[in-house]
Amino acid sequence: MADIAFRPLDRLGVAARIARDIPEGWFVNLGIGIPTTVSDFVPADREVIFHAENGVIGIGPAPAAGSESPFLVNAGTQPITLRTGGAYVHHADSFGIARGGHLDLCVLGAFEVSETGDIANWARTANDPTRQIGGAMDLAVGAKRLWVAMEHNTKGGGTRLRRVCSYPLTAKGVVRRVYTDLAVMDVTPDGFLVIDMVDGLTRDELQARTEATLRFA
Amino acid sequence: MINKIVASMAEAMAGIKDGSTVLLAGFAAGTPEQLVYGLMEQGARDLTLVCNAGGRMDGPIADILATGHVSKLICSFVRAESIAGQRFAAGKLELEIVPQGTLAERIRAGGSGVQAFYTPTGAGTAIAEGRESRVINGRECLLEYPIRGDVALIDAWQADRWGNLTHRESARNFNPIMAMASDMVIVQTKHIVELGDLPPEGIHTAGVFVRRVLHIPG
Repeated sequence: MADIAFRPLDRLGVAARIARDIPEGWFVNLGIGIPTTVSDFVPADREVIFHAENGVIGIGPAPAAGSESPFLVNAGTQPITLRTGGAYVHHADSFGIARGGHLDLCVLGAFEVSETGDIANWARTANDPTRQIGGAMDLAVGAKRLWVAMEHNTKGGGTRLRRVCSYPLTAKGVVRRVYTDLAVMDVTPDGFLVIDMVDGLTRDELQARTEATLRFA
Repeated sequence: MINKIVASMAEAMAGIKDGSTVLLAGFAAGTPEQLVYGLMEQGARDLTLVCNAGGRMDGPIADILATGHVSKLICSFVRAESIAGQRFAAGKLELEIVPQGTLAERIRAGGSGVQAFYTPTGAGTAIAEGRESRVINGRECLLEYPIRGDVALIDAWQADRWGNLTHRESARNFNPIMAMASDMVIVQTKHIVELGDLPPEGIHTAGVFVRRVLHIPG
């Protein structure tokens, strides 16, 4: 293989890239994995309100070691804090937020995204013995916009940006944008439109790593 | 005088029958752990358990599933490497996986007399197979039915003798809606306060839904 002239983003780099695109005032739910770390890259003077599916409106900075509350956790059951101005609601209201179109943005991890905006993020095979839907289906269909954060390829080099998802779906036709370690792509009626790439990566190299046909802005 | 405070776990669990549907609140925080062990001790069998997730290898949910007292689990999330996942794989546990928001809404519907509702959540996915759906306002939706409990196990931070409750921080989660959706609502509370001590604007679960309150300090 030729020398690699580009450097993929690491997981935190993807999170930081997403954070750049979140404006002040948005109400945002961050899924488990890469998305959870997005809030760390939103500067404190940009007021973005983060929602946790278990009834938290306004997640604050991570608690200092030793000052965690056992009563205050996020969707991944990690200890969190509430920022000034935050609120608690019960579970039906919290998912009413998700399902009722109140979130400006939800960022989820995924195994695959299709060029028509389908997302697969809860089962690794058609007969996956895990049954880990959690809140993903509600968040995927309910938020005003859904962005996905994931690695561009599997560890074995396989494609995650598909013409049609091969894994069980979380929701159909809902993904608006995908952030990977290599590029940012909008999902349009004509398929994936690349709007940003890491420095040094060529269009041909990105297409070679992608099953779906890419267009470039 | 209305007094829902009971003196013992045995009194709190009295009368729970085999075959009951038990709604168990909690999302890590807000799980009434001692009541789960009280239910195990009480011994009712063939239970249907409704809770957010199926737990891990230990902890109250794993422990009650391991006893075999639960024949069906309704929840949003089960790990393969958990007691729930193992019992399901072995054919010893019936499993109904429900998207978490649909689960919460079915419980709210159960507590509010809503007989069914349509939601886009899950449409076009594996959970829609064989289910009734229709297009509403241009979106494909699944028909969902309410969930009610014969029993709810509820966690509180504070309670008074009428059963008015507060829940601390994110420990609120399923507690208020499960209390509304069940016939026999049993609460474990960290603190007992005098009637009138809780500010009326700050009561998270009204006592009218609650039947029994057990004080479990510490």
